[in-house]
Amino acid sequence: MENQKRLRASTLQQFAAFASLILMVILFSILSPYFFSYDNLITVIKQTSVVGIIAIGVTFVIITGGIDLSLGSLVAVSGVVAGFVLAAGAPNIVGILVGAMIGLLCGVISGFLVAFGDLPAFIATLGMMMSARGMSLVLTKGRPVYLAQNKTFNLVYNYNLFKVIPLPVIYLVIIAVLAHFILKRTAIGRYVFATGSNEEAARLSGINVRLVKLVVYSISGLMSGLSGVILVARLNSAQPAIGSGYELDAIAAAVIGGTSLSGGEGQIIGTIIGALIMSTMKNGLNLMHVSQFWQQVIIGVVVIVAVYIDIKRRDTQRP
Amino acid sequence: MASDLLVMSNIHKSFPGVKALDEVNFSLKAGEVHALIGENGAGKSTLMKILTGVYKMDEGEILLEGEAVHINKTIDAQNLGISIIYQEFNLFPHLTVAENLYIRREPRKLAKWIIDDKAQRQKTREMLAEIHLDLDPNRKVNTLSVAQQQMLEIAKALALNAKIVIMDEPTSALTDAEIENLFRIIHELKRRKVGIVYISHRLEELQHIADRVTVLRDGKFVGTVDYKDTSVRELVRMMVGRELGDYFPERTTKPEEPLLEVRGLSRKKVIDDISFTLHRGEILGVAGLMGAGRTEMARALFGADHVDSGEILLEGELIQIKSPFDAIRHGIGYLTEDRKRDGLTMGLNVKENIALASIKDFTKWGGRMDDGRIGEVSKEYVDQLQIKTPSLNQLVKFLSGGNQQKVILARWLCKGTKILIFDEPTRGIDVGAKREIYNLMNQLTADGHAIIMISSELPEILGMSDRILTMHEGKVAGITDRASATEESIMYLATGGR
Repeated sequence: MENQKRLRASTLQQFAAFASLILMVILFSILSPYFFSYDNLITVIKQTSVVGIIAIGVTFVIITGGIDLSLGSLVAVSGVVAGFVLAAGAPNIVGILVGAMIGLLCGVISGFLVAFGDLPAFIATLGMMMSARGMSLVLTKGRPVYLAQNKTFNLVYNYNLFKVIPLPVIYLVIIAVLAHFILKRTAIGRYVFATGSNEEAARLSGINVRLVKLVVYSISGLMSGLSGVILVARLNSAQPAIGSGYELDAIAAAVIGGTSLSGGEGQIIGTIIGALIMSTMKNGLNLMHVSQFWQQVIIGVVVIVAVYIDIKRRDTQRP
Repeated sequence: MASDLLVMSNIHKSFPGVKALDEVNFSLKAGEVHALIGENGAGKSTLMKILTGVYKMDEGEILLEGEAVHINKTIDAQNLGISIIYQEFNLFPHLTVAENLYIRREPRKLAKWIIDDKAQRQKTREMLAEIHLDLDPNRKVNTLSVAQQQMLEIAKALALNAKIVIMDEPTSALTDAEIENLFRIIHELKRRKVGIVYISHRLEELQHIADRVTVLRDGKFVGTVDYKDTSVRELVRMMVGRELGDYFPERTTKPEEPLLEVRGLSRKKVIDDISFTLHRGEILGVAGLMGAGRTEMARALFGADHVDSGEILLEGELIQIKSPFDAIRHGIGYLTEDRKRDGLTMGLNVKENIALASIKDFTKWGGRMDDGRIGEVSKEYVDQLQIKTPSLNQLVKFLSGGNQQKVILARWLCKGTKILIFDEPTRGIDVGAKREIYNLMNQLTADGHAIIMISSELPEILGMSDRILTMHEGKVAGITDRASATEESIMYLATGGR
């Protein structure tokens, strides 16, 4: 009886997030005739891709009970380096790989500090957030890097496969499916959950907890690198100041989607729904001409409500 | 004996200031349940922690199936087939039964890249069926009852091919029906020739399972007996039996009129219908085994935990204690068991710690703190309680355990506290300082304070208390006058004897 109640509470959060997304779509469709048009919906999904990919990365970190605050800065620094490489005339694929590698490298550093340096994740990634942001400003002297010579890189963002499916959506879907698979079906995924669920027990079971932590921060860094590259394609330039606050959007998306900040719980599908909720909300409020300032207030309230529900759910779960 | 599965001989282990194990012997045969008993602090857990690689022994020898083994880390013990089921479980609450059972040994498919969940569930089902355990492999562990989690821990030990399973107070959180189920599984383990070390405080339950019993006392080996040749009374005598001596100062105060009256204090699953009266100038000792609900009773009385029912009367008047704030306001102070964790503010200095609870009385106009007066008052207490500190500005974390305890005491006295609850007042304090604490308690009661003293050390209980309240499983097992109390009679009550 009690167990059934707990089970129901757990699925409720997933369902609640999805239901609020649907509700939001219906509401905005009524309030703004343009909202439910093909063009607008595609825009929303494309916009989701950048934060969505970061959110997938940070979901890994949060499931282990950690946090990564550096992601927005990593988006900028990877974008900037990729921008330099592309502006210098390197092929597109090189630009993409270099950007991704910069993100990965920064993630490995954070992961190393947390896993082997025993620094609190909050501090290690806060430091990384500041340094990476500073680095991208140093490299560019604070000015954007324009891809004047490169006429094709914006296709990375703007090309539509079969004329209808935008590439960013495809990236998001591929990464999400891969991430889901890793978390649910592979041993490393299982150890990510185990580490967040009971770190001591994980260690006693012979799981290399330090390695698991290193891996999740690396994944999270790599995802930011990819997002940085996608953002460069979208803007056709690399902006050193871009991406600030993305890490918080990403964390919010994961939490709204049912990932527990205390670790051990989380699902990629939930994170995607969370990211969709964030971007749908921004888009809808824009269409309704709600000011940027009010949007921030509203999003803040939504995040608090989501976490509140999460905590109450955990209370009912406690045996 | 040649057929012994495990032989531990001449085990020595010291911690700074304490000889935890002194020439202890223990052996275990395959298919045997060997109970390990003794008072709190007798060395049972230390012995088992040595066997499982948590601690390293200073001296001694461990033979496993006739061969000397070296156990330096917990993983060594696991590899040798030694598993321990802790009181608090080492499970992953967010993972399923099957995932917990096969963690690190997941069946794989597709060139070992992918976990074969189907095979894992199937193997789990078979494994659980073998030991007649009815659990759904897909259920998340945090939806299981405590008993089910314990069964899962045992199943995990079996899945790891454990030859020796150590159970530390396995029945402390179980209902009668669940205990019966546990015993059934223990018999199944015996049939499979697994050796079981069974640590328990509940002597009466040993009759259902124990083959042999080993008794430890104060880190020393008292003896090993066949269960069928002994009795609960005999075991109790082996567990206690020591001289009290004149270690404790003489109690001179005569308890006066009732100060605090507690009626029917209850908190679900923890304490049940606790009633007692505390007199001015009295020390009421609270005895009981670990998990008997002594600390829980103190926390409930102090308002730190929610109470389901019960009344508290102070000087004959009904009072409401809903939070520690209420308790402090009514003059009740609590000196916790774990000073470092919930008693002292380690990063603050002596005078700040002393003034902490009464900071309001030390503020001047505009909310500023009156540092001068804090210094003066702290100085008085430091002198009165003989707190050894180089200065009032010394950080508390650099003081010895005894002096830290005195700082907390000073804090409560500074607040004007009338009733002091001491939870394990001398734990981790060296012998000389203990005596000082006892003298202080005497002095406090002479000044009209009343003390509730929770202690796991029977000599302390018998040496200091005017009356002794013994708890067993959350209930008052009996209240005894000091004159008529003996270690045997208290231990008898505490272990649920009637």
